[in-house]
Amino acid sequence: MTLDQLEIGKTEIIRTVGGDGALRLRLLDMGLIPRTAVTMGKRAPMGDPLQIRLRGYELTLRAEDARMIELGGGSDR
Amino acid sequence: MNLALAGNQNCGKTTLFNALTGSNQHVGNFPGVTVEQKSGLVRGVKNCTVVDLPGIYSLRTYSQEELVSRDYILDGKPDGLINIVDATNIERNLYLTLQLLELRIPTVVALNMMDEVRENGGSVDVRVLSEKLGVPVVPISASQGEGVSELIRQTMSTVKNVVRPSVQDFCPDGPVHRCIHAVAHVIEDHARAAGIAPRFCATKLIEGDTVMADRLGLDRNERELIEHSVAEMESETKLDRNEALADMRYTFIEGATAAAVVRTHESRGHMRSVSIDKILTGKYTALPVFILVMLLIFWLTFNVIGKVMSDWLALGIEALTGLVDQGLTAWGVNPVVHSLLIDGVFAGVGGVLSFLPIIVTLFFFLSILEDTGYMARVAFFMDKPLRKLGLSGRSFVPMLIGFGCSVPAIMATRTLSSDRDRKMTILLTPYMSCSAKIPIYAVFCAAFFPKYAALMMIGLYTLGIVLGVLVAFVLKGTAFRGRPVPFVMELPNYRLPSLKSVVLLLWEKARDFLQRAFTIIFLATIVVWFLQTFDVRLNVASDSAKSLLALLGQTISPIFRPLGFDDWRVTTALISGFTAKEAVVGTLAVLLGTGTAELGSALGSLFTPLSAVSFLVFTLLYTPCMAAVATIKKELHSGMATVGVVVLQCIVAWAASAAGWQLARLLG
Repeated sequence: MTLDQLEIGKTEIIRTVGGDGALRLRLLDMGLIPRTAVTMGKRAPMGDPLQIRLRGYELTLRAEDARMIELGGGSDR
Repeated sequence: MNLALAGNQNCGKTTLFNALTGSNQHVGNFPGVTVEQKSGLVRGVKNCTVVDLPGIYSLRTYSQEELVSRDYILDGKPDGLINIVDATNIERNLYLTLQLLELRIPTVVALNMMDEVRENGGSVDVRVLSEKLGVPVVPISASQGEGVSELIRQTMSTVKNVVRPSVQDFCPDGPVHRCIHAVAHVIEDHARAAGIAPRFCATKLIEGDTVMADRLGLDRNERELIEHSVAEMESETKLDRNEALADMRYTFIEGATAAAVVRTHESRGHMRSVSIDKILTGKYTALPVFILVMLLIFWLTFNVIGKVMSDWLALGIEALTGLVDQGLTAWGVNPVVHSLLIDGVFAGVGGVLSFLPIIVTLFFFLSILEDTGYMARVAFFMDKPLRKLGLSGRSFVPMLIGFGCSVPAIMATRTLSSDRDRKMTILLTPYMSCSAKIPIYAVFCAAFFPKYAALMMIGLYTLGIVLGVLVAFVLKGTAFRGRPVPFVMELPNYRLPSLKSVVLLLWEKARDFLQRAFTIIFLATIVVWFLQTFDVRLNVASDSAKSLLALLGQTISPIFRPLGFDDWRVTTALISGFTAKEAVVGTLAVLLGTGTAELGSALGSLFTPLSAVSFLVFTLLYTPCMAAVATIKKELHSGMATVGVVVLQCIVAWAASAAGWQLARLLG
């Protein structure tokens, strides 16, 4: 499952972080790294982008970028 | 002593900077680039300046902010760093801290928003955190002013005694540790020669930072050695280079916070934000609320607060003008000088000054939207439509500021990390009708559509937006093909804005406007007065139709015949509008020989209601003012592109007005 498919209110663990270039570095810098727990907050009124919660703060990213993040497996950090 | 203030976005950095310096601030640019640099003198300390670095999350080279911050620290060699950390969001904030500590510059961590942490029943063991990080940690609450003097005291002692961070290693022995050491060893001499801590260089090189490799002047052999170490680390950790370092830092942070931070289950600030968000970013409520908020702001600005203050100021200026007028007459001053002062300076600058309250009021509301965290929500729910234009939700904020003034709006595009998005946003910002055009709208609407003034205004603003959207579609398909910037943005908790920050910002904007009023606009009114007063032989023109300006206006005005207004005075006012949009009204007042208060009735001789609309459409769209054009040139780094922007705006304006006027005439 990828992050964009995560149900609202559900929490999962990040397995891999894909993407490339500036996007990927930005994701990593913001703390989206393997074995991190993320919770789906909500979708924007027009369906996209997404609001997620991780490391005690709220982050927004687009569904197409969230698709680069694989969830599941592994244990929480 | 030179200090630099570094921290994430939304961590209260500006508030702390204001608390450290008071109003004693200087706004400029970082050398060579166009990112704003604020500096100020630390209060109560002799010869100690502090530079406010842009809000950043990392010290990479992908965004201009990160690059200038890094260059400032590496080249400017500050004596010390103050790293402000949001205690309510400590993990992500410390990620930057670890990179700053690698620089081995005397550093103090200012742990901000401690009042909020306590209010939520949480706590941070400052002693343990300080031990883990190897630097002094001072708990503060910048908005309450708590702990700021202790922060200054601690920073002075740390910097004066050159106490460098005492912790070097953020990872246990292992592949990453070995790699950092191997790389640090390879580049140690280069780093020392460049005066940069080898540890910092090493982690950046491991992250694949070619800017750093070039800065150190590494040869091919050394680069290969580094790549070899990195490949080894990647295969051992099964993580790629960037993941491995991010993982190393976050693992350290998790350990440090586990030992020092007592977290509450759910913070009040967060719960409050979630419930506010149910409405402000709710599926059916987000857009209506946003529109209501904007309408309320515009209504308060133009019909209530700003307008009343403007009227008072106008009355005051009129009274002063009358007084000076009488004084000059009584004293028997030369009539030309008398005319220069009264008809030129007082009529022109005075007319423009009376609009200062409106601009300040608008900025007041905009800064509140920004400081409360609502702007980030706007970017959140406006991302999807803006993406259709080839932009991101973040471009929405600069464009919104464009309704206040194009200059800060264009400067605000610096927060966009993609060059492409920045350029496109800059090109679209002039379509957002700036507040300097409000005087023009206000005077014309009051004169021709007193009952429908608000409706006319909304219509003009909407027209600008619609044309901007059309232009965006054209640009997206032609000059700006390609991928929009990654949109990964923090949504900070809603907070009450600090009054002090708002007041300081307003003061800055007011000062900026006053500077323009007494420089550009002052000069423009004198030039216009000169052209208007003298004829071709430099004698005082007996009739205003014989003046130099009439000649210039008459030469150009036929261009405007298809638009429904070709009086030379209108043309002249439009020309003077290039110096500053406020000058259009001032010039019309001067040319019609009236004060701003009676300008409305005098306009009836120049326009019909229909040609007034055509004129307003043209003013809405034609070239941005001199200051905005200068800013565009600075931001686009190209004179040709800037000329292109000006020409394009004029063509669009002419075409839109002509189309409207001709259509209206056809329909009768």
